[in-house]
Amino acid sequence: MDSINAKYVSQKISKVRWRPVSSAALQQPEVFATGSWDNEDNKVSVWSVGECGGAGEDAFEGDPQLLCELRHAGDVLDLQFLDQDRIVTASSTGAVTIFRHHHNNQTLSVAQRWDKAHRYPCDNAPCTGVACSSPELVSVGEDGRVVLFRVDQSGILRTIDNADSSTIHAVTFLRTTEVLTVNSIGQLKLWDFRQQGNDPAQILSLTGDRVPLHCVDRHPNQQHIVATGGQDGMLCIWDVRQGSMPFSLMEAHSAEMWEVHFHPSNPDHLFTCSEDGSLLHWETSTGSDAPSFLQGGRNSTIVSRSSAAPAGGNQSLISAWLSGDSTKGRLETTHMLPSQTLSVNSLDVLGQCLVCGTDGEAIYVNSRVPI
Amino acid sequence: MEEVDVDPAVTPIPGINVARGRLGFVWGPGDILVYESFSPAAAPLGGPFCQDVYAVRKDEDIYSPVLRKLFNESHHIFVGLQKITFDLPSKTKKTQFVSISKNYRSVIRACMEEVQKLAVSTCESSLAAQYGNQVSILLAVELIWNLCEVLFIDAAQAGSLLLHLLDWVRLHKADVDEKAREVLQYESPANHEAFWDVVISFVLQGRMDEARSVLDKQVSQQPAARSIFKLMDSLLMKMPIYNPGSTQTLTEFDVKWRRWHEECNRCLQDGSFASNQHLLTICKILVCDVDTLLEHKELLSTWYHFLVTRLLYSHPTVKPIDLHYYAQASMDMFMDTHSAPEPLDSILMAAFEFDLHQVIKDCSIALNNWWFVAHITDLLDHCKLLQSHNLHFGSNLREFLLLEYASGLFTHHSLWQLAVDYFDHCPEFGRVYLELQIERVPLDTERKALKVLRICEQRQMTEQVRSICKIMAVRALRNNRLGSGLSWTIRAKDAAFATLISERFLQDYCSKGSFSDLDLIDNLGPSMLLSDRLTFLGKYREFHRLYGENRFSEAAKLLLSLMTAKIAPQNFWMTLLTDALPLLEQKEVIFSTEQTHELMNCLEELISVKAVENQDHLMQVTSVTNPTFCHCVPEHLTLCCSRGTAPVACTVRVPDAYKGSIQ
Repeated sequence: MDSINAKYVSQKISKVRWRPVSSAALQQPEVFATGSWDNEDNKVSVWSVGECGGAGEDAFEGDPQLLCELRHAGDVLDLQFLDQDRIVTASSTGAVTIFRHHHNNQTLSVAQRWDKAHRYPCDNAPCTGVACSSPELVSVGEDGRVVLFRVDQSGILRTIDNADSSTIHAVTFLRTTEVLTVNSIGQLKLWDFRQQGNDPAQILSLTGDRVPLHCVDRHPNQQHIVATGGQDGMLCIWDVRQGSMPFSLMEAHSAEMWEVHFHPSNPDHLFTCSEDGSLLHWETSTGSDAPSFLQGGRNSTIVSRSSAAPAGGNQSLISAWLSGDSTKGRLETTHMLPSQTLSVNSLDVLGQCLVCGTDGEAIYVNSRVPI
Repeated sequence: MEEVDVDPAVTPIPGINVARGRLGFVWGPGDILVYESFSPAAAPLGGPFCQDVYAVRKDEDIYSPVLRKLFNESHHIFVGLQKITFDLPSKTKKTQFVSISKNYRSVIRACMEEVQKLAVSTCESSLAAQYGNQVSILLAVELIWNLCEVLFIDAAQAGSLLLHLLDWVRLHKADVDEKAREVLQYESPANHEAFWDVVISFVLQGRMDEARSVLDKQVSQQPAARSIFKLMDSLLMKMPIYNPGSTQTLTEFDVKWRRWHEECNRCLQDGSFASNQHLLTICKILVCDVDTLLEHKELLSTWYHFLVTRLLYSHPTVKPIDLHYYAQASMDMFMDTHSAPEPLDSILMAAFEFDLHQVIKDCSIALNNWWFVAHITDLLDHCKLLQSHNLHFGSNLREFLLLEYASGLFTHHSLWQLAVDYFDHCPEFGRVYLELQIERVPLDTERKALKVLRICEQRQMTEQVRSICKIMAVRALRNNRLGSGLSWTIRAKDAAFATLISERFLQDYCSKGSFSDLDLIDNLGPSMLLSDRLTFLGKYREFHRLYGENRFSEAAKLLLSLMTAKIAPQNFWMTLLTDALPLLEQKEVIFSTEQTHELMNCLEELISVKAVENQDHLMQVTSVTNPTFCHCVPEHLTLCCSRGTAPVACTVRVPDAYKGSIQ
């Protein structure tokens, strides 16, 4: 907790995202983008930690420095990096916007905007989430629509009207043609764009509970494993191939869980943040001898367990998140922030670096996350 | 009426011609709305009236981006302070309070430094002036806070009191260090024009070691005077400094100090320093020669620096209770007779007089926002220093100021979230304030609504929860989002509104022939029980599902129970009866004799009721399972029933009026 760095930024932060680093270089991320909400003028801002060019240990000690910012119409409800220099945002005005970050002169500009991507018959509807799988882009909104775009086309590729009777809170890609949405009545819906019609390929839900789900993230290596977080602060792990019930349920926060993220390169680690002002680091040990429900599964028969642990450190095929009673004993959680009362709205983790943004108008950067 | 302490400030509003008419205004929580009101006398003259409404803000500072950091950071400290439990031993409590006070001050400092940076970097002169103004306010605030910390929170006793006051002066007169650095970096420091100013400034602040090290540069320049420099050096070195941590008592220290003081006096008397003007001056300062001190007004710059220096060289063991006497005297000596004291001077003087309430009152008047008074009063209240005082309005001083501050925050489009915690810690009126304000937060998105709801739910504010959910539900309905509307209604547990939305669903069903929002209706669960109509909606949909899955006998049983248990509204019975038709026409028997009987009873009951009422209802009813049957349902149904249950006498009296309407 010593290496955590707080910076007050005079705007409530709704989203933070690291700029992706090229996977070839073993680089730590240095640049991240933030979006603000509830301000008279909301902004998309790009920040840098550490001096430009210097990727040494000490370079990270510095405060985040503002590189550039641009006005954003409406609250930034979601923000994703499309690639190294393009950022996609979801706005409360219903617009989906692509910003371009010019590295040479540190400016931001609007590259593409779809106004009213989400709307009611006579009003705008907030767009609540976007997901990218270049060159495709999916947005969801309070109007219950799922909209598919192509980055290089100004038209809309496909709209699923009435995809949901209630608000869709978040979306993520499972495969190139499949997305998963979570809604305000506790359901996960799987959409396959190869199928015509407005019906989901699959609905998963916690029967009877109807607790709204606010966030969803896919396991980086095993696309059938999905984590969601809901209004009651519960963390759910789902296996979309098996049944419509969650695999495990874990009590995490005392209020809305706003975001959940698997660590992109070490998915035994997971991070969650919440309205209750806490940020949790979850760690499960892979325990290769543990019996797994999935072992008999269809897809796992191809690779035997012994070959699943090569020297390269590949993930064992059986995820620790699905190995039976992972809730007891082998799962450790750590609070990542000092006591804090206002909501932690967003977090992102890449390599050993974690960044989060709060309603207390602060950005916290931790560059030594024990992964 | 209370007497007004100071005349209110006049704020001219650009664009309003005061000479022409009257001003009307409406109070808001933080702002006031001002407009030119209609004047009957002026109207006939046909003068054009300005139709504009002006929002006049009381508190501009709240909109400064830099000060927002101050508000956010201090909110964090404030919440931490409220968590300090009362059962801690008073010693640890005091250290905690002092450290909290220091945290507040460091936030002010950080903020001030940032504004200063802005002031330097900006090219616009009006903006720079504005920043400069903010810096001076923040400086003053920190100065006052620091003094209050020394006198009230830390409550330093004789001996250590002076040490704290010295620290206070050193912190706020830091330009010495800058000048010293400049002098020492000069190629020959001893010849720098500000050399002696630096040495004397150090001595005035009691920084003996630093004074000696600078003085050392001069020795090499004047080998002839080496001995007197050595003498001065030893005087400076030998000055006793009280150490509160040691075993030395105050009396022992006092004796030691007097001995040193006499030695200084002796040096002055025997003219040891007569050959060197500057060293003589220093020696005079050491023996606290007031005239010499007053000759260095520029170096002292303020009366309170003068006060502390005087105490250092004349009364190092000053007691808190005597402080005000020296303070008053110092101020009188230092200030010109004709210049009136500034607000800052009177605030500091009130602090030296240990008149806490005067300090708070003067600060409230002099400063343009409530941040400072609210936070320091809260801290002082935690130190149990304000208990004797009661207001004749509101609850107590702490709560009154916190409420004012928090109300100001609440008017801000973004900082309102901070205000919630302040209201929470106002036991008497905080909740009422919060209840009134929270309902007025504009809800642009569901996410914001959820955040506001969470605040209300955590505090069991059921009335506000219902109102927010209702706002969201109505908005969803207006946008034709029935499912969303129903979700909000269920969250609010608002039975009446749930009935209304269920009706809309049923209407939609009747007009379209199919259900919308199945993902929601199929998953109502226990929330279905919220209202009768919602229960019916859920159950009726369940019937459709069972029918669709060919589970006819279960479907039939459910259908019948909807009518017999009076769950279905009567105007929907005809639809239900029509739905029964295909079940009756199945090859196998689905309705038992008894069930058929009940079905007939339902039909009979419906017809007898309908005969009295307007039949329009009947005509409107449609059925999805078999819409075309609608017109001849009663007869058809009778027929079907009689076929299924031969022993039962099936005579249904179909009223003439009804027959007529069918044809």
